[in-house]
Amino acid sequence: METLDRLIWVVFPYLCMAIFVFGHIYRYRVDKFHWTAKSSEFIEKKQLMIGSLMFHLGIIPVIFGHIGGLAIPIAWMNAIGVNDHLYHIGAIYIGGIFGFMTLIGMIILTFRRFSLSSVRKLSSFSDLAVNSLLLFIVFVGMYATLVTNVVQPDFDYRMTISVWFRDLFLFRANPAIMADVPWSFKIHVLTGFAIFAFWPFTRLVHVWSVPLNYVGRSYILYRRHKPTN
Amino acid sequence: MKIKAQVAMVMNLDKCIGCHTCSVTCKTTWTNRKGAEYMWFNNVETKPGIGYPKRWEDQELYKGGWQLRKGKLELKSGNKLSKVALGKIFYNPDMPEMKDYYEPWTYNYEHLTNAGELEHSPVARAHSAITGKKMDLEWGPNWEDDLAGAHITGPLDPNIQKIEEEIKFNFDKAFMVYLPRLCEHCLNPSCVASCPSGAIYKREEDGIVLVDQEACRGWRYCMTGCPYKKVYFNWQTNKAEKCTFCFPRIEAGLPTVCSETCTGRIRYLGVLLYDADRVLEVASTPDEKDLYKAQCDLFIDPFDPEMIAMARKDGISEDWIEAAQNSPVYKLAIEHQLAFPLHPEYRTLPMVWYVPPLSPIMNYFEGKDSIKNPDMIFPAIEEMRTPIQYLANMLTAGDTETVKKSLQRMAMMRSYMRAKTTGKEFDESRLERIGMTAHQTEKMYRLLAIAKYEDRFVIPSTHREGRVNPYRAQGMEGFDTEGMGGWGTDSGGSCDSCGPATPSPTGTATKTGKEIYEENFYGGIWRD
Repeated sequence: METLDRLIWVVFPYLCMAIFVFGHIYRYRVDKFHWTAKSSEFIEKKQLMIGSLMFHLGIIPVIFGHIGGLAIPIAWMNAIGVNDHLYHIGAIYIGGIFGFMTLIGMIILTFRRFSLSSVRKLSSFSDLAVNSLLLFIVFVGMYATLVTNVVQPDFDYRMTISVWFRDLFLFRANPAIMADVPWSFKIHVLTGFAIFAFWPFTRLVHVWSVPLNYVGRSYILYRRHKPTN
Repeated sequence: MKIKAQVAMVMNLDKCIGCHTCSVTCKTTWTNRKGAEYMWFNNVETKPGIGYPKRWEDQELYKGGWQLRKGKLELKSGNKLSKVALGKIFYNPDMPEMKDYYEPWTYNYEHLTNAGELEHSPVARAHSAITGKKMDLEWGPNWEDDLAGAHITGPLDPNIQKIEEEIKFNFDKAFMVYLPRLCEHCLNPSCVASCPSGAIYKREEDGIVLVDQEACRGWRYCMTGCPYKKVYFNWQTNKAEKCTFCFPRIEAGLPTVCSETCTGRIRYLGVLLYDADRVLEVASTPDEKDLYKAQCDLFIDPFDPEMIAMARKDGISEDWIEAAQNSPVYKLAIEHQLAFPLHPEYRTLPMVWYVPPLSPIMNYFEGKDSIKNPDMIFPAIEEMRTPIQYLANMLTAGDTETVKKSLQRMAMMRSYMRAKTTGKEFDESRLERIGMTAHQTEKMYRLLAIAKYEDRFVIPSTHREGRVNPYRAQGMEGFDTEGMGGWGTDSGGSCDSCGPATPSPTGTATKTGKEIYEENFYGGIWRD
């Protein structure tokens, strides 16, 4: 059992992270041509508008919420005046609202991708898989936040999952902490790591292409062939 | 002052017969690939009509090009911050959809031979290239060719809607103009300005605007940004593609494929020198009717010794300066003032210009009264079948005077040449009245009517020697195709995108381009 726990809560996350990092380096070096946002707005626009806007505008705050909950220790939070009560109000209500937005957006996007024959025809296996997996992760995450937290009020993920998560980065991960975590959280964490491993080989790479430097750039770009010697 | 060179085009609409040879040769060269079936880097529209994509000239709908906001030049679709910050990147509200162009299709030809015994003859039905399903064709390329359906689509033409008087679309009042369109390779390209990834760029040496396929991330703002809707989205590679101005040919001093194959000899290619430092200032000209003149002033006189010295200093080589002096584009646009940019009001400073067409009523007048009363030509131009206002709405932001002058010059040239070749008297003071001389008229005639190959195309070859590392430049220009790795240098001669794209109606059979090519090509003869 201990070996299995170690495999699941230590080896697997490290494997996923390694694939995430080296996968991106590989993909960027070898396959810039297929590195794209892969938008299907050209084929269908109406459903995409609601789905894409809700999903994207939901997932960005959700990601920041995850960083706040996983990466920042309780003591630090307290130090800046966020006590447990305040934190939980934020996590449940604000997180819940954005999580709900993400979920609805993802349901619309998935429905669109599978039900519209034109969009489905243009989808690769990886598109369909990423779509389904993301929907599953968001759904389980919402379930864990809204249901498990209520059914098992004694469980505090900041005392368990967050500690284990930070320890991963300090190379002292302890699988035992994760043993008693409720199933919904376990599944959410594992599928979450899994999608990081798929990330570099799917359309998700477009996240790293967010064109922030566009804002400061000049409008017209010229390119000149420079002497090669 | 910073002098740059631009390879530009002029089309003489007076001679365009709407044969679509340019479109077809362009398509077979550049866009006969999967994902690109619907793309026409060059297409010929019949005007009036809504065009391709539908109503592309309606910038209130598509938000293409630039506008002045408090005197400052800004993209019509919103500034840079709004594109990144306001969630537009997740959903672009101004982007055209495939149905605005048309859904590409093929026919299940196999059914004609495999159908078996039936009560009725088998019919090849249209099948969508995307879903493979049967489709009923309701729109397609050149749906409005030669005014087909113009009683319905004509009144929706934005140029028509800008004319105050009512235009009748009944038979005896009908008029039409062919308008071949391609990327304008603008001096102030709004597609370049719209691209958040910095993938679209203007080449410094010849001004050709290209998409770097490795840098494009498929954000699609270029499609919205281009007011001419000449940047396309490849639905297979999910990247932007556009007219390349046949740069491999231009670099070698050859005309573009559309120009080379033009049966009416309407296309002219040549170099213009311009002051790149003044582009922003010219594009910000307050009154849009002044934009045409302002753009003309941006071009540099290639005969002015001071300017020649300046051009040399800015790295323009001798043969390019000489080409600029012999440039047919300079002659038509600046010397004779016959050609105009398409929709200057978009403020992109387009570089494909058009000589407006004279239309039928001229013959009627010339044949009857104009010989007796030479001044009749001028009222006749007012009463041309194609309303001047319509041409002006396309070419000069609505300024009819400038278009009229150009038409007058051409009408006068015809009148002069007719008199000359039929041995009749011609009062040369008539030429002077519109600022022309006999010598100039004959030069104009030679360029427009005789249109010799070497007069139409004056293209200096590009100086790439020692400048470019071909290995590094792979895939950086134009378009890339699935699995070809740039320009096929490492593909060992296998060409997966050669031959026609044949999406399978059933969506199952997937033949490579090479297989199709080999199946259909026997000893140099195409089997259809």
